[in-house]
Amino acid sequence: MRFAVCVFPGSNCDYDTYYVIRDLLGQEVSFVDYTTRDLKGFDCVVIPGGFSFGDYLRAGVLASKTSLGKAIVDFAQKGGLVLGICNGFQILTELELLPGALLRNENMRFICKDVYLRVENKELAFTKRFEEGEIIRMPIAHGEGRYYLPEEELKKIEERGQVVLRYCDEEGNITSQANPNGSVNNIAGVCNREGNVFGLMPHPERACEDLLGYRDGIILWHSLLA
Amino acid sequence: MRVRVLILPKKGLLDPEGRAVKEMLLDEGFPVKEVKVGKVVELELEKETDIKTMVEKYLINPLVEEYIVE
Repeated sequence: MRFAVCVFPGSNCDYDTYYVIRDLLGQEVSFVDYTTRDLKGFDCVVIPGGFSFGDYLRAGVLASKTSLGKAIVDFAQKGGLVLGICNGFQILTELELLPGALLRNENMRFICKDVYLRVENKELAFTKRFEEGEIIRMPIAHGEGRYYLPEEELKKIEERGQVVLRYCDEEGNITSQANPNGSVNNIAGVCNREGNVFGLMPHPERACEDLLGYRDGIILWHSLLA
Repeated sequence: MRVRVLILPKKGLLDPEGRAVKEMLLDEGFPVKEVKVGKVVELELEKETDIKTMVEKYLINPLVEEYIVE
């Protein structure tokens, strides 16, 4: 598989993502910078975490207006796989490839910690190696991760199975204590209707090695190869 | 031509920053009913332009924000 890792000024998880794809998955991977106009030849485009364009105006908005932003929309509309992690998720909502918006955390703080997540949809290219309802652990690190969608639209994405990951406790219970940032319905990750675009706030690229104390992230990456 | 765009969190949306400021002002004894914290974008335009499109398509996210143009 050929992967592209997007690099905007201010991206800072690009090398971690590149490392996981090249060294742990053994796949072909290239960096593509924000002036790129064409993503032809790639199978999967990953938008990594960071603070693209310094989060100026709103997290992700300036990145969404670049030529790479437009190329990502084109790539997704042709059915290409697009994965947005953290700031990448914010960029995907600004591109309107994913529903909703990511707002300041309810407690107004930058939160950096491990969370438990429940896999709510394992039918996707990104999640098919997980079990339905599997509880996984990954780190989060964000100041603007409060997922918001007006109630009516929220009902629709819930019905269509577009909610992919939810914050939960260690036993898998969806509680407000397990919700780190005030996201509606404890949502940590959503996909588009077609299922080829997926965004999540947690960092699967930081949760791939026993040495770092994690092994759930790598399952997401392996799903893409399955 | 000078244009000032005031961007505020949409009505009914949780605004934790506004809430924190309101609580502080209430603690200080001010009779505050509601506080919203937003941002200001000040523009100097060369000539007339479609301000509505510029603001709604590029400056705000209509899902979560509303605006006033001065």
